[in-house]
This record gives sequence, C-alpha cells and structure tokens, in this order.
Amino acid sequence: MPISGAAHIAGVYEHPGRHLPDVTVPQIHAAVAAGALADAGLNFDDVDAYYCAGDAPGFGGLSMADYLGLNCREIDSTETGGSSYLVHARHAAASIAAGHIDVALITLAGKPRTGGRGPGGSMASAAPESSFESLFGLNVIAGYALAAQRHMHEFGTTSEQLAEIKVAASTHAQHNPNAFLSNPVTIEEVVESPMIARPLHRLDACVITDGGGAIVVVSAETAAKLERQTCPILGTGVGIETTNRGRIDLTRTGAVVSGPAAFAEAGLTPADIDYVSIYDSFTITVLITLEDLGFCAKGEGGGFVSDGALQAGGALPFNTDGGGLCNNHPANRGGMTKVIEAVRQLRGEAHAEVQVADCELALAHGTGGSLATRMGSATLILGRGN
Amino acid sequence: MTENSGLPTPTPATMLETEPFWEAAAEGRMVLPRCNDCEHVIWYPRLFCPECGSTDVSYVDASGTGTVYSFTVVEKGQGRWRDHSPYVLAYVELDEGPRMMTNIVGVDPDAVTVGAPVQAVYEPGNDGGAVIRFTLR
Ligand SMILES: [Zn+2]
Repeated sequence: MPISGAAHIAGVYEHPGRHLPDVTVPQIHAAVAAGALADAGLNFDDVDAYYCAGDAPGFGGLSMADYLGLNCREIDSTETGGSSYLVHARHAAASIAAGHIDVALITLAGKPRTGGRGPGGSMASAAPESSFESLFGLNVIAGYALAAQRHMHEFGTTSEQLAEIKVAASTHAQHNPNAFLSNPVTIEEVVESPMIARPLHRLDACVITDGGGAIVVVSAETAAKLERQTCPILGTGVGIETTNRGRIDLTRTGAVVSGPAAFAEAGLTPADIDYVSIYDSFTITVLITLEDLGFCAKGEGGGFVSDGALQAGGALPFNTDGGGLCNNHPANRGGMTKVIEAVRQLRGEAHAEVQVADCELALAHGTGGSLATRMGSATLILGRGN
Repeated sequence: MTENSGLPTPTPATMLETEPFWEAAAEGRMVLPRCNDCEHVIWYPRLFCPECGSTDVSYVDASGTGTVYSFTVVEKGQGRWRDHSPYVLAYVELDEGPRMMTNIVGVDPDAVTVGAPVQAVYEPGNDGGAVIRFTLR
C-alpha cells in the first residue's frame, strides 16, 4: 500500500545536554520523549506505538514502554546501529498508512561520555525494573504461577480445568510421530504430577526442545502463480501488556489488544474460527489467552476449556500437533510452530485423527516475555486460500 | 520480625533515581515516589510519572502495609534459591495503591492467602543495604 503522504513528522526534540553524569539513560529517554511530544502538541496518552533500538535499556522495547507507562498497539526494536531510527520512522509510516497506529514515538539515549564513570552509568544498560523483581527468587514458572493463583482467586478457576488443556494437547500429540511427549495423560495425572510453583505442576509446563521452523510469506500476485495452496493473512494484531503503571493486572495479556485488532482487520469474529493455535508455554497461558482473544468472557476460561472442548472434535480444536505442552517448543519460543500447525489444518494436512473437517479459518497466537507483566502478544488470522 | 528469613539477600542494583528508596530501606523505612502533579504513587520507583508524564516526582513516606494480591509457593527454586525452597513469592498491593513483587516470610507458606494483610520487614544484606519483604500482620 502507498505510504507517501500518509504519515508526517509532527514533533522533534534534541536533548540540550552533552555531558550528563547525574541522570540515567532511562531518564534521558523519558526527557526526549516528553520534549518531542510537547513539540508536536501531544502527550504520552496519545502514543500508541513505540520504537527504540539497542541503546534502550532492558528487554527490547518492553522495559522502556513499561517505564514510560505507554499503552501500545505496535512496538519495534529493530536494531541496525545508527540508522535504526530512520528504519523505525519508515516502519511507523507504513503502519500509519495501514491504519494500525496513529502516533508513533521513537527515542534514542545514551551516555558514552560519562556512562563508564558516573554512579548512574554503571547500570546504564540494566532494565530499570530489575532491582525490584530480581531479589525474590522469581523464575519463569513462578511468574506464571502468580498469574494462575490470581485467576483462581478472582474467577474460581481450578487446577483440574487447567489440566484439561494439557490433556487435550497430549491427546493430539499421540498422533504426531515427532512429538517430544506422545503419551496421553489424564486430568488426575496432571494434578498429581510434582508441584513446581503452586498452583502449577510439572505437567502444566511445556517441553524444552531443540529444533526450529520457518515460514515463507509472498505477495498475493506471487501466490496466485504458485501451484501450492497458499493461505492468505486476513487479519493481524499486536499488543503489549506492562505492569500497568504500578498496578499490575495478572489476569490480562496483550491479546486483549491483538485479538480484537486481528478480528477487525479480517472482518471476522471468534465464532467464525474453525481451529486455533494458542501459545502454550504453560496451561494458564492458554486459558487467559482464549479469554483475551474473545473466545469466552473474561473469567470463564475454566468452564470453556472443560469437557474436552479443545480436543479434535470439540467446540474449538487447538494445538493439534500437541503444541508446546507436548510436541515442540524450539528455542523456548513457540510462536513459529503455532503458525505451522494452523497452515497444516487449513491445507487439510494435519493428522487424520485431528484434522478439523472443512477447516476454512484458523487463528494463530504468539506470546513473548513474561505473562501479564512485560509481554508482547501477536495474532494472525489465516484463510484457506487455494 | 527481628528474625531474618535467611532467604538470599543480594545487593540491590541502585540507580540515581532509585537511591532514596534503597537508602530508606537500609534504615528500616519505606518511601515511595509520588507525582507532584497528579499525586499518583509510582511503582516501580522512578523519577517519572507513568500516569501523567510528569517528571516532578518526590519520594514520600509510605505505610509499609498492604494485602497479598497474588502469591506462589515455589517448591523447586532455581540456582541459589534451590536450597531455600519452599518459599513464598508474592505481589503485595500496598495501601498507597502500587502492587510490588516481594517475598512473604516468617510464616508457614500454607498460611498465606490472597487478600491477607501484611506489613513490611527490612532484611539487611552484607553491605549495609536491605531488601523489603513482608510478613502477615
Ligand atoms: Zn503524574
């Protein structure tokens, strides 16, 4: 789509300092952000997209977005050295032309003069939140356990309901000759497996595997020339979730933004979807994501996943390859395999025992970072094509 | 409360904008940054208000009390935490509003519930610093 003329630079700001021993790198990012927004006559609440590169401390763009209290529907930490910020501007223009975002904020900050000596400099590259989360024995599953506990408290979700998700994945994995875990398990086996971080058990967690995957995306014109069935990308969405300005909500993910965006772009609703690939680092990840994508109301995920609803032949078949819970979670990043199984379903090439009949529309959802804390969510809705 | 939990107490990495928080903790007090423009009490500590975008922020005395927002009993900790399992990792909702990550100490983990009232305890490390944890009150 044409982006020429679709986007304009509305504000700029150059920090006046050249020697800044008494401020931190995050403070400089905040100062130049405020300056450019003021130049444009905008404020932080107007920003819905954030771009930064390797000079920003912390985990990609998430740490600074969290620091600044941004609500974003686009985030980009493309790193190409000194040209990064021009690349960001181009990406922002394209996203604006596409209607994904309205106000993009791009920041740069660093302390090469004083960073190595000043008291603020030695931590210049550390995430600003790190000292407030690293002292208490947090690990990956414990972070997800905190979310599961809160969900149980607010909505009465049970360990047995979470176990239904693992059971569905294992039921599918038995048909996948490549699955890391191919044995079906029962609800009882899940809830009786060793407790790692209450309320999550060993069998609430995904597998750890080597491996990988790839996707080729082509233009519709090129796709039309190919023999192979190709699946059109009908809808896309991106969202982030942060600690919410100090009032973290552990029951919410970035899918509350990415899901509706993807459905709106595709002109579809959750009821239209025949098959879903849902990122499944842990059982609780799936349950909260299904709620946030709109497949059920917030808090009703436990009931929604019960009675085999996620199994092939159920109300909403999910992760028919066995997912990250049983099949594969290469490099501890499960997004790629989610898209691959969705394409198999649309092509009718899933295992016969788990193939969804007449699968026309599929949704694939990825999750990154730490659930409901500083995380990025992304949703794709794919059509069957021909 | 005088009994230290014995949990690992690493030296917090301080930054210029968070030093008042850690200096107070070392003295057995809690302070929180508060926005002078919109009065938002900020967490995690920084000299920037994520609620309104102001940089006019001051540290003010905090109550040191709150309730448990969520928690997990970590049965199998990792690294240096392995030998301290089980321990309680939690988010505490402070009376001032913020929800902060911490540990609940000095109690049987089975006694911890969501919503339980808690108060801060200050556990000194090796270098004069202190980590803020909470116990049931
Ligand atoms: Zn404010």
